[in-house]
Parts: sequence; structure tokens; C-alpha cells
Amino acid sequence: MKRPEAGAFAAFVITYLFFALATQGTGFISVNGTAGWLNLAAELGIVAIPVGLLMISGEFDLSIGSTVGASSMILALGTNQYGLPIWPMVFLALAAGATIGLANGLAVVKTKLPSFIVTLATNFIVIGATMGISRLVANVTSSSIVASDSAKFVFAARWGQANISILWWLLVAFIGYRILSRSIFGNWIYATGGNLDAARGAGVPVQQVKISLFIATGLAAALVGILQGVQWNSGNATYGMGFVFQAPIVVVIGGVLLTGGYGSVTGIVLGTALFGVISSGIFYTGWNTDWIQLFLGLLLAAAVLANNYVRRLALSSK
Amino acid sequence: MSQPLMELRDVDKFFGSTKALKHVSMQVEPGKILCLLGDNGAGKSTLIKVLSGYHQPTSGTVFFEGRPTRFATPREARQRGIATVHQDIGSIPLMSVGRNFFLGAEPAKGRWPFRSIDTRLANEVAVEQMQKFGLTRVTSGDQLVGTMSGGERQVLAIGRAMYFGAKMLILDEPTSALGVKEASMVLKMMRIARQNGAGIVFITHNARHAMSVGDTFVVLIQGEVAASFKRGEKSREEVLNLMAGGEDMSELEDDLEQID
Repeated sequence: MKRPEAGAFAAFVITYLFFALATQGTGFISVNGTAGWLNLAAELGIVAIPVGLLMISGEFDLSIGSTVGASSMILALGTNQYGLPIWPMVFLALAAGATIGLANGLAVVKTKLPSFIVTLATNFIVIGATMGISRLVANVTSSSIVASDSAKFVFAARWGQANISILWWLLVAFIGYRILSRSIFGNWIYATGGNLDAARGAGVPVQQVKISLFIATGLAAALVGILQGVQWNSGNATYGMGFVFQAPIVVVIGGVLLTGGYGSVTGIVLGTALFGVISSGIFYTGWNTDWIQLFLGLLLAAAVLANNYVRRLALSSK
Repeated sequence: MSQPLMELRDVDKFFGSTKALKHVSMQVEPGKILCLLGDNGAGKSTLIKVLSGYHQPTSGTVFFEGRPTRFATPREARQRGIATVHQDIGSIPLMSVGRNFFLGAEPAKGRWPFRSIDTRLANEVAVEQMQKFGLTRVTSGDQLVGTMSGGERQVLAIGRAMYFGAKMLILDEPTSALGVKEASMVLKMMRIARQNGAGIVFITHNARHAMSVGDTFVVLIQGEVAASFKRGEKSREEVLNLMAGGEDMSELEDDLEQID
């Protein structure tokens, strides 16, 4: 019970069983049904992992939403408007994501302002710039994407109902796990969020830790923009806006402390999976999908309370 | 007399027109505990910051291992073997003992991209060191530091500094927030560190704690060294009076007793 992901694991099992029973005979637990909720979770999961690591280090990133949109528009304008091949545009989109992350990181570290407000500003700046520039060069804010077969395979392959984004999610989760739980850098992430002064005192380059994680978040958001763009054959400045709050929500449901210093990648993955199960499960029950928000809100409230409790439990003597 | 580890000669530190330290001279010797006593606002914090390389003196000289030295940053001082253990910072409650112990100097195993912290080694060494310093209650390196008591955390921080080769320990009020038992655990740890040859600067306003471990004493009043003496040269009452700026503390104590 003392592990950060304990609450998310219990919530996931209970919710899954609930929907499995409530939707009997509708195929929710079938292979296709499973692929359905995994698809819903995958893209959110890709951004949620760096967002979670960043939260463990003590910072927020609310600019992910507009970065997703900007990345998809880079593909669209590049391939459609200028007729450029897609792969260089993919790298340009990733570079743009990394640059947005770097700007966030530098702004937060240098100004010492709360990242919540800094990245909220970035979110508006980026979406505004994306729309403005798109209008200027092509007079659109959404446009189709011309993808090569290789790009279509890498970013939009489908097996039955399952999208390749699920594999990307697994890959990002694996990398995130290796970094957070196993690497030396991971130790620094925990220390930076757990006690900034102590971490600095021990020689941890806390500023570099934060900036690196902001860059990772920007990269992940750009990757999701590419995945969505190629999958739906179009770019749109407003893609990804849903992630702005969904990502921190699933991270907290996954057991990461809002105040930093505590959490796990396993927890974040479970929190995201829970989101997928609820979003897809409600659809299978035939209820109005408006209920998803209510469920998420309740889960978030419960998670915040549970996290505090788990934290106290972890700090009590054995 | 052996060469002092660090010596301050006529050090001044001004902030604008505020004179935080005036003509401070003192010596930190290896294998000795120097108690830095003084009331709040006497300049103790400023002096710690000069010792640990956070501030540079306005005038006067700091000698480290016999040579005039000017530390550019606290990091440089740390690299030269000067470790500062603060009252409440220094440990990260939600991290394990092993991870805390090796923070910033983590042992690694494997090759990139699968290079990882050698958690087993870190835990083993951390627990071994903790046992050596008398923390027998800590048996697992996976235990979160937050489950340890305040005294145990101080011992962990001091043990950690010693393990990484600190020659000089600056302990900022390590016992002031602690109960009697906990404080004695930390004082015992300081004796162990002294035996290992570390030069220790023990900042405190608790004369009893100071008298129980100190070899030399420096009393600071309004940024000046009001008295500097060796163990046994002054009684506890005299020390208390000095710290209070010459007022008779025993009279005050008598007054207090009458209230009871």
C-alpha cells in the first residue's frame, strides 16, 4: 500500500471490473474493445509521462496542448502548402516541440515564476502564433497532410482496431521508467522536487534537470501532434487542447504528488489507462458521454485525497 | 600545535553600511570541535556563509590548509572538503535512505543506454555507514528518510559528508530542534567525526550542548568575537553570561525560578 501507484492500481481494477460487468455482452472486454480504450489512452499517455516526471521535479506544463496543434500544423503546411517531403517536416515539428520546451524551461528557471502561469502563457502564445502564421502563409488554421507510406506506417499503422500509437506509448513509458526509477538522472528528478535546496546542496544541477524535462515534454507533445496529424491526415492548431488538463489529471490519479517529489511511471500509466477505460467504457454502457467529465472529476478529487494519505503512510514508520 | 584546517584573520564582512562581521579571527583545527556561540543576530549565519564559501569577506584573509584562499562558490568550497549540514535541509523525506545518501554521487552500473543506479550497492553502503554511526534502527536502504527522526536525519547528513571525505564540517544548529535523547545522538556522532580527524564548526546557542563536546569556543556578539577560549577555561555560567552580552544570566535564571 505504500507505493505511489497503489491507489491508481486499485482504482483501475475496480473501474475495469465495473465496466466489464456493466457492459456485459457489448464487447468491451473483447480484443477490439480493449484496443479501443488503449487507443484512447495512448496519445494522452505519451504526453502524460513527461508531464508526470516534470511534476515530480516540481513543475507544471500546460503548454502541451498548443504544442500538439503546432506540430500538426507544421506537417500540414510543410507537406501541403510547400509540397515538402514529410520526414524533414517530422524532424522540424520535433525541433519546434523541443524549442517550446526549452523556452518554457529557461523562462521558469530564470524568472523563478510559477511554471503553472508561465506555461499557461506559452500555451496561448503558441496556439496564437500557430493560427496567425497559418493564416498568413495559407489563410487556413487547419489543412490536410500529405504523408509518405513510410510515415503512414510509423505513425498511423493499424492492426485491427489497435493503433501504432499504443506501441509509441509503451516505448515512452519504458524510457520514462528507465529514467525515473533506474537512472541517476531519475534520482535527481525526485530530489529536485522533493527538496530543492537539499538537491542543490548535494550538487544536483537542478536547473538543468527542470529544463531537460520541459524539453522532453515539448518533444512528447510534438510526437503526439505528428501521430494525430498523420492518422487523421490533417493538421489543426486546436488539436491537443484537451490534453492541457487531462495530462496533469491522469498524472495525479496515477499517484504523483502535486507538490512534487513523489510518484512513479507505473502509476502514471495506470492513471492514463483508467482514463481510457472510463472514456471508452461509458460509450459501451450507452450512457451519455457527458458523464465522462463527472467521473474524471470525482476520480481526481479522490486521487488527491488518497495521495495525501499514501504519502503520510509512506512517511510513517514501518 | 598542528596546522589549522581553516583560519580567519581579521575578517570583516559588510553589507552596504551594515557591519555584519568585524575583525573576526578564529582557527578550525582538524580533530577538534569549535563551538560558535552567539545569540540570534550575532552574525553566526554570516560567519557560516563566509566559512562555506557563500560570501567572500570584505577584508581580512581566510586561510585553508595554510594557504590564503578565496572560494568563488559554495561548490568550490565543497569540492575542497568543506561540508555544511543545515538544520532542516539536507535530506529529502520522500526518498529512500540509499538514494539520499548517494544523492549527487550515485554509484552506477551497466552501459548506456542501460546505465543505472546501483541501488543494491547504494543501500548496502548507506545502511553499513548508518550502523557504524550508531543508527541501528535503520536496517533497510529502501526505508524512506521521512520515517527517520530529526536526530537520525542529522546523523545521516553528517555521516554522508564524512563518507564523501569532508575535512571540515559546518554544523548549523544541528541539535536545537531536537529532544534530549535525539540531541545526544547527534553529539555522539560529532565525537565520532572528530575521532576520524574532521575539523568541526558547531554552531549553537545551547551552551550545555556546546560544553559537552567543544574543544574550543568562540562567542560572537554583534559581529565581533567577544571571547575565545579553550575547554575548561570557563564555566557554563560564564559562557551563558557572555552569550547574553554580559548581563548576568544567573540573576535572570533566579528570577525565572521564582516565577515557578
